[in-house]
Amino acid sequence: MSKTSSGTLYRGREGMWSWVGHRVTGVVIFLFLLVHVLDTALVRVSPGAYDAVIGTYKNPLMAIGELGLVAAIMFHAFNGLRLVLVDFWKSGPKYQRQMLWGVLIVWAVVMIGFAIRHLSLAFGGL
Amino acid sequence: MATTEFVAPRTGRIDAKYTRSKSKSGNFEMLAWLFMRISGVLLVILIFGHLFVNLLAGDGVHAIDFGFVAGKWASPLWQFWDLAMLWLAMLHGTNGVRTIIADYVEKDRPRFWLQLVLMLCSAAIVILGTLVIFTFDPCIPGSTLAVCQ
Repeated sequence: MSKTSSGTLYRGREGMWSWVGHRVTGVVIFLFLLVHVLDTALVRVSPGAYDAVIGTYKNPLMAIGELGLVAAIMFHAFNGLRLVLVDFWKSGPKYQRQMLWGVLIVWAVVMIGFAIRHLSLAFGGL
Repeated sequence: MATTEFVAPRTGRIDAKYTRSKSKSGNFEMLAWLFMRISGVLLVILIFGHLFVNLLAGDGVHAIDFGFVAGKWASPLWQFWDLAMLWLAMLHGTNGVRTIIADYVEKDRPRFWLQLVLMLCSAAIVILGTLVIFTFDPCIPGSTLAVCQ
């Protein structure tokens, strides 16, 4: 393996870190999805069982967790669209770095909006 | 001067010394790659809609209880929406984790068992979720939903 990264377009640079971020957020979302199907399946057990479990989610700690989950989903979604453009758009590979900054800017704007709305709902009543 | 041919991974045209499995998998990996992109774009639409309706609209997360789910699943649109989301997200996530296992677990037997456990867990979740959506009865005593009148 090469000792320096100066000769590679990829290793240690934006392309590699977006790949790492995509993997990590993907695994986090998948683990959440398994639990999410199981808790929603409780509607088939009884209304009380579902409401009891969902009730335990309605606290400030889980609201922070939901913020983190949505942050992971939004990064995975926008970076995923970037990957589609890299693969299918003629100039995609050329602009992959610029598109990553675009992904991060859109992600930040969406997350600021979501955080204001979700945290004010979760912490401040309505 | 020798020319170097750059071959995209998983095309089935890779030199045999770079593949871990002896068996030929045809173009399954190419179809899996294509599926990740198509399902990914659909999931962006489905999940953004899901998050907006469940977390941001109206009273947001406070409104979620049995009555909220019953109100949504009384409509075929939301039944179909959630069914599509369940299947696409589970297949997309399972294939993603399958790829990660294939990348990091180099020994054949542990890789086989990990992927088998993954497939079984995913199949169980997909079957459970599908049954819940199709057998769900939104009508409980005292329900004011139109379908229950």
